[in-house]
Amino acid sequence: MKKKGVADLFLLFLMLYLLLPIVATAFYAFATEWNRTVLPEGLTFKWLAILFQDVEFIQAFGRSVLLSGSAVVLAFFFVVPAIFVIVLYFPKYEKWMQTIVVLVYAFPGVILAVGLIRTYTKLGIPMILAVLGVYIISIFPYIYQGTRNSLRNVNAKQLLDAAELLGASKRQAFVRVLLPAIYPGLFVGALLSFSILFGEFVLINLVVGSRFETVQIYLMEKLSTSGHIASAVVFVYLVLMGILTLAISVLTKQSKGLVKS
Amino acid sequence: MFFVLPLVNMFLSSFTDSEGFTLNQYKTALFNSYILQGFKNSITLSAVSAIVALVVSLFAVYAMMRFTDPVKERILVMINLTSNFSGIPLAFAFIVLLGNSGLFTLLFEKWNIDALASFSLYSWSGLLLIYIYFQLPLSLMLLYPIYYGIQQQWKEAAALLGANTVQFWMKIGIPVMLPGIVGTFSVLFANAMGAYASAYALTGSDYNLAAIRIGTLLSGDIFAQPELASAIAVLLGATMISAMVLSEWSIKKTRRNL
Repeated sequence: MKKKGVADLFLLFLMLYLLLPIVATAFYAFATEWNRTVLPEGLTFKWLAILFQDVEFIQAFGRSVLLSGSAVVLAFFFVVPAIFVIVLYFPKYEKWMQTIVVLVYAFPGVILAVGLIRTYTKLGIPMILAVLGVYIISIFPYIYQGTRNSLRNVNAKQLLDAAELLGASKRQAFVRVLLPAIYPGLFVGALLSFSILFGEFVLINLVVGSRFETVQIYLMEKLSTSGHIASAVVFVYLVLMGILTLAISVLTKQSKGLVKS
Repeated sequence: MFFVLPLVNMFLSSFTDSEGFTLNQYKTALFNSYILQGFKNSITLSAVSAIVALVVSLFAVYAMMRFTDPVKERILVMINLTSNFSGIPLAFAFIVLLGNSGLFTLLFEKWNIDALASFSLYSWSGLLLIYIYFQLPLSLMLLYPIYYGIQQQWKEAAALLGANTVQFWMKIGIPVMLPGIVGTFSVLFANAMGAYASAYALTGSDYNLAAIRIGTLLSGDIFAQPELASAIAVLLGATMISAMVLSEWSIKKTRRNL
């Protein structure tokens, strides 16, 4: 019994360590003055209101959504079909996919940024497109894992064979049978990729800098000017991430239920 | 095209300067004590934060395992949420807590605990706290499935044969999990080596880390030296790859011993 108490206490401390910074920042976003006292002197919505009236922030937010969103959409148009084909019809090439996954993990943004700048500044294409390109690649592991797992879960190959045996064309089998079955899994991959890209700072800052101000860069600027506005930004960011995380966990549960039933 | 080409180009450019092929960039990188110190700092910070996160999560996952499935799931969702909390927002949150006029800093001042009140977030220990923070969710998520591999029957069998809990973990549990633990360590190590945003947001380019050096060499308006940055980037990449190869090798070795 005593041992159990120690373990619970340990877990509680861990959760505190993980949650305290989040809670404190959220508090700070609503605090009137909080420089000399331990607890905020009062609560206000002022900072959030100022933030949402700031055109710069709205634009930065739009840019972030646009950039991360289009990377995810493009990845789904070009990368997912390729994963389908390889997993379903050319399993022997899967080890190449695994290699790409490992490579993407092995090279962090700082290293890639160097390469990008060296390669694409001379070519004259807008650097933001180069960043977009790298974004598409950098979410590859998540999309690949998500797609492959859901294909495995539903026994995609047998499912397609069965549909074709029952008289469906290849296209019909794919669009009407396979896609609806793996849709939740794909959606989870997309949300996860989006949330990861939304938090990306290194590449965009080093390669494009303030010429394409995303939320992260906006936040970095506000860090040195106004703590309250910065915490309001973090708060908005956290709410967005919370929604995405919940959506992911609900969808994951759904897709698991789909397989069981 | 957006991945391999830049890497190859970077590799090539690390061997050049304005006059052509040279090894000078590496000579600078390897013999400049400032850059070397950056590497040393990066490696220590990554290794220490990875070990702390690993040990903490080993116990945490063990504690988690005794809960029912719905509770476990809720904890996992929470961990997932914190795993998105990294980079600049994370650095900011720690400034709110422990910065110059942070919540805890003020609290400790009030209680007259000078040792804690004078804690500087903008130093090695501050960075370590933040690094451990973003390592923890990742390490928990990676260790969780490994723990699942330990089956209840093994424990029962071991208990029947007269082993106590400690003996079970020393002789069976830990050895079975070891490859997974080593693998997790290398991922964590690489994760910290490549981290840039949190350290940058916290200390600007004041604290000497390899990743920060690359950033300043790239964006420095006066002293931009992309070739030198390339060389450091290649060395950083090499450090991470060797860490991964090393763990791969030790995994194979432990598997053979089993």
